[in-house]
Amino acid sequence: MTPISRGFRGRRPADGLAARLPPGQYETRDFPVLSAGPTPHTPLSAWDLTLRGPGGRSARWMWDEFATLPRETITVDIHCVTKWSKFDTKWEGVSIDTLISHAAAKQVTTGGYVLASCDGGYTTNLPLPDLTNGKAWIAFSYGGEPLAPEHGGPARLLVPHLYFWKSAKWVRELRFMDTDSPGFWEAAGYHNRGDPWREQRYTGDE
Amino acid sequence: MTATPPAGRIVWRTATVASVTAETARTRTVVFDIPGWTGHRAGQHVDVRLTAEDGYQTERSYSIASAPADPQVALTIERLDDGEVSPYLTGELRPGDVIELRGPIGGYFVWDIESGGPLFLVGGGSGIVPLMAMIRHRRASLAKTPDAAASLRTRLLYSSRAWEEIIYREELARLAAEDQTLEVVHTLTRSAPEGWPGYRRRIDRGMLAQTAWPANESPRVFVCGPTSLVESVANVLVELGHQPALVKTERFGPSGSSVPQ
Repeated sequence: MTPISRGFRGRRPADGLAARLPPGQYETRDFPVLSAGPTPHTPLSAWDLTLRGPGGRSARWMWDEFATLPRETITVDIHCVTKWSKFDTKWEGVSIDTLISHAAAKQVTTGGYVLASCDGGYTTNLPLPDLTNGKAWIAFSYGGEPLAPEHGGPARLLVPHLYFWKSAKWVRELRFMDTDSPGFWEAAGYHNRGDPWREQRYTGDE
Repeated sequence: MTATPPAGRIVWRTATVASVTAETARTRTVVFDIPGWTGHRAGQHVDVRLTAEDGYQTERSYSIASAPADPQVALTIERLDDGEVSPYLTGELRPGDVIELRGPIGGYFVWDIESGGPLFLVGGGSGIVPLMAMIRHRRASLAKTPDAAASLRTRLLYSSRAWEEIIYREELARLAAEDQTLEVVHTLTRSAPEGWPGYRRRIDRGMLAQTAWPANESPRVFVCGPTSLVESVANVLVELGHQPALVKTERFGPSGSSVPQ
């Protein structure tokens, strides 16, 4: 049975916002930064993005090419496993659906799972259905400005329906695989899928 | 980048307050008895869950301050005046109170004796807490194997706003006085006592060049503090030749800027 914290009243979220807060989360107006190491600073001239299929075929965009792909404006709530949520964040990005369809023209096939790899060595894994059908993007702009390095610029994965560590900063490659393989935090005690509405924070959470 | 997985589900446990101690005007160390606690690694954190009488719950994360060998778990918490949870934990809790806690959490920002040295720790404000767990762990382990001290030589560079705001000030001074392989360097950013001989500015490149172990010694580096401090320290260390994979960071607090960083 849950013990009552004597004398604790707490601060309730405003009406209408409570329903947007997953369990255990609180709203912040700031945009905290969470990274395991130094922030990489990759110049745009050295940046590229690769989609790699299970068979080894790949599609690659240099920054100038990436910038010509159809872009979308996205307004979403985001939820960090460290407990903060931020409402109505505004991004611009290229949907993973768009990237996959362009890659398919180069015979790049997908698989059931994806491993995202980033500058600095960070990785995260996702099932493909969490990235498709309008659920995920490679975002390059936040709040109308180019995405800053501390927040993952030049470009980061944006998967707002999962805890934000899945929205890997400084992403450079999406590798499609037939089997799942845990990424950086997933191998360090965090949940393999990370659905905030089911409070899947850590390994072993249901 | 490698990390170690824990086993099984991390369950909520009932933690009973054993003591509350003032560290500075704004920080308190709360020591808990936690039946079933299975231990932790220096640098890890816990989640705290509070429940109001009407069932409203909220959670926060706090770094563990105590050494793994300590049977009790100590958290050192800074009161944020506009916070929902920290004013309660630092101002309301008293011995005998119970809260819920689960952990330990985090398998990356951790240091064990087996991780080796030399060790370079950089902290800002309450960012000292997980670093203190490492210092206490090192101290407890060296008491058993003093020969390892030289290979685990350690420097702490600690930025505080003022002398009175240095968390663990006396314990740090005592540990450094007793141990020639532990050096503690303070910098004070807002005010300093008369005749203060130490640094009086934010941590910068010159200070890091003077205090960090040379990059070619491959020191294990841990940086914890406000985002702006961690960003700048980690960037400078990489510029000074430290391998990014050996520079582990933990950032807390707002970005300090209304535009995204």
